[in-house]
Amino acid sequence: MLQRQAAAGEPLVWLSSMGLATGIAMVIFLLGLILVNGISVFWPKRVVQLQVSEDGSERQLIGEIVKKQKQATSGDQEWQLYTANRDAFGHSFVYVPEAAIGEQSQPLDILKIERLEFGSVFGRALRIEQADAEPISLVGEADDPQLQEFVDEATALRAEVTEIEKSEIGRVNNRIERLKRKPANSAITAELASLTGEYEALAQKARKLRDLATQTHLIYEISDGRERSVAIGHIVSFYRPNAMGLSARCGRFLHNAKVFLLDAPREANTEGGVFPAIFGTVIMTIFMSLAVTPFGVITAIYLHEYARTGPLLTSVRIAVNNLAGVPSIVFGVFGLGFFVYFVGGGIDRLFFADTLPTPTFGTGGILWASLTLSLLTVPVVIVAAEEALSAVPRGTREAALACGASKWQTIQRVILPASLPGILTGMILAMARGAGEVAPLMLVGVVKLAPSLAINSSYPFVHLDQKFMHLGFHIYDLGFQSPDSEAALPMVFATTLLLIVVVVVLNLAGILVRDRLRRKYAGSTF
Amino acid sequence: MTASLENTEATMSEEQTDAEKGIISIQDFSFFYNKTAQALFDINLEIPANQITSFIGPSGCGKSTLLRSINRMNDLIHDVRHEGDIQITGNSIFHRLIDVISLRKRVGMVFQKSNPFPKSIYENVIFGLRVAGIRDRKVLDETVERSLRSAALWTEVKDRLHASALGLSGGQMQRLCIARAIASKPQIILMDEPCSALDPVATGKIEELTRELKKEYTIIIVTHSMQQASRISDRTAFFYLGKVVEYDDTQTIFSNPANSQTEDYITGRFG
Repeated sequence: MLQRQAAAGEPLVWLSSMGLATGIAMVIFLLGLILVNGISVFWPKRVVQLQVSEDGSERQLIGEIVKKQKQATSGDQEWQLYTANRDAFGHSFVYVPEAAIGEQSQPLDILKIERLEFGSVFGRALRIEQADAEPISLVGEADDPQLQEFVDEATALRAEVTEIEKSEIGRVNNRIERLKRKPANSAITAELASLTGEYEALAQKARKLRDLATQTHLIYEISDGRERSVAIGHIVSFYRPNAMGLSARCGRFLHNAKVFLLDAPREANTEGGVFPAIFGTVIMTIFMSLAVTPFGVITAIYLHEYARTGPLLTSVRIAVNNLAGVPSIVFGVFGLGFFVYFVGGGIDRLFFADTLPTPTFGTGGILWASLTLSLLTVPVVIVAAEEALSAVPRGTREAALACGASKWQTIQRVILPASLPGILTGMILAMARGAGEVAPLMLVGVVKLAPSLAINSSYPFVHLDQKFMHLGFHIYDLGFQSPDSEAALPMVFATTLLLIVVVVVLNLAGILVRDRLRRKYAGSTF
Repeated sequence: MTASLENTEATMSEEQTDAEKGIISIQDFSFFYNKTAQALFDINLEIPANQITSFIGPSGCGKSTLLRSINRMNDLIHDVRHEGDIQITGNSIFHRLIDVISLRKRVGMVFQKSNPFPKSIYENVIFGLRVAGIRDRKVLDETVERSLRSAALWTEVKDRLHASALGLSGGQMQRLCIARAIASKPQIILMDEPCSALDPVATGKIEELTRELKKEYTIIIVTHSMQQASRISDRTAFFYLGKVVEYDDTQTIFSNPANSQTEDYITGRFG
């Protein structure tokens, strides 16, 4: 009798496909979670007004519903509400038992005001108080343009202050710094004095403008009926979450996303944007690629084309491969000891001795961070480049040599161009590894808040010694180091999403370049 | 260029009159892979100038090894050594003053598998000149036309010189490789089974071309096809197990071989 038997090894095929499916499902779930949570941060939520009766007392709460969950101990359903107004309540979140919630409504007149400090406000606008004029009372939505006018005016003033502080005062400071380095003489002392005067005048002007922006106040009423005030100059923006239609919501969504991408952070990074972190991540990754690719390729050429096979070469290869497995923090410690203290310290002693003990290069900076990461990723490039070199067919090498090319000419004119796509694959892998790395960076140059970008308009434009912000570190900082990590949670998701997007974009750029090269060599019959 | 090579140029006319001593003279040449495995045993061959000499024999008999020794292509392999000598116009190619790069410029090579570079047709032809540092646009243009005309490829590609060489057909690619080999005006062209990957039409074109080329160049061709050897070559060497069994005029080899092994091979009784 014939019996149907499973082919040998078939269960293993099933097992491996199940493993693959599980892996893919987990990745999709993770990406989906980050995507949903990250994008919903920018969507203006509706604000509810709740009547809560607890322990015999009635109170009114206004806020966005964050989530509804079972309480851990009692098992009762409870709501988490984002009430904002941290300055008035001392907290921005509150948990309410569902049983205690009475009447619910979504009043149209509630205003969400985003402030420079202390987070947002939910409240009802009452009036605008001016220093030297009658208060203007605000009644409803019709008065919003009036308030907007005040806010716009204050925003313009604030921009002016920022401009003065950042670029004008910065420029004067820069010149003072450079003058201080020169040996003192009477001309320099005189110039210093005039510059210091200039500095004082600018600072005075900035202070005056700042006062001007904070003279006028908006008075508003919060959920418990108290009246509070906020300086117009501290209002970033305001809107009526419940009165907005779909298009207005979409507009607000895009506006929030734009602010997140293009603005600098505020309030211990929990508000505002992450532009400096995006910039730092991208610049550091580019510097790292520029450092690691030539280094790795030269090494691979030597190992593959010149070095004689033998125990030494084998052990070097093993060492290179093992390098890829060294924990990244170890590279961070090495970078701190070698690049920052040894090389950077040496540079400082040689070229910046006059500013010591304040270090210039002898402290963490974007250059040292990039070099540390390039050490971390160099095994990837070496291995990929060696693969690419050995993939060049023997016939091509022989053809070049038979034409009278020397070994180096063969490598340079034939082998390197033909293996370029493979080498770029190595670079892309290195970028993917390096862009998301955080631990070593914390030792060699990443900071919570960098005052200026590593590439900016002040001389000499590229500041390799400068500390920088990084999206990966930003996530860590927001999620685990901020004073109100609950409030920062949405930002953590948004930043995580952004970091993934940045890594993907950097990779795509590399892949595009590689495909273009590959097309150039397409149709090969080797 | 080294001194001995310049010497070579001067003595060339003298050498050519001396037909008995060939342009390439292989003397007691033995070759070893991995230091011990002997591939060639005391080869003695005089290869005449401006003729086509074909090497025939079963696979693994050493004909390609000998061919690749003539332009020292075997230098690329680790752990090989040789005994005896190969002389081109009376000068040993293994002499320590001989620069292997200038040797390879004088001894062009066409491989079994066509191997154009992933560059334009134009760049492929002038590769040898480029690596020699020649930049003169006029010289380069002339070389491209001359070489492609000699390789009977000019009319087919003259309108797309700057297109990728990898877009050519198999036969065209092989002719491009021949054009590349003759671009730096070698004296000798080595062909290692140049038609083994081509269809009969392309093969016919290459054979015709080879006959044209012998006016200017000395050609050595390794082939597996007895018909090809009899069609195009003036002299034929039959190799068996690393030795030259018989070396004579092609006509003699094919009509009246002196050795019974040769006869067995060319009549298809083995190999």
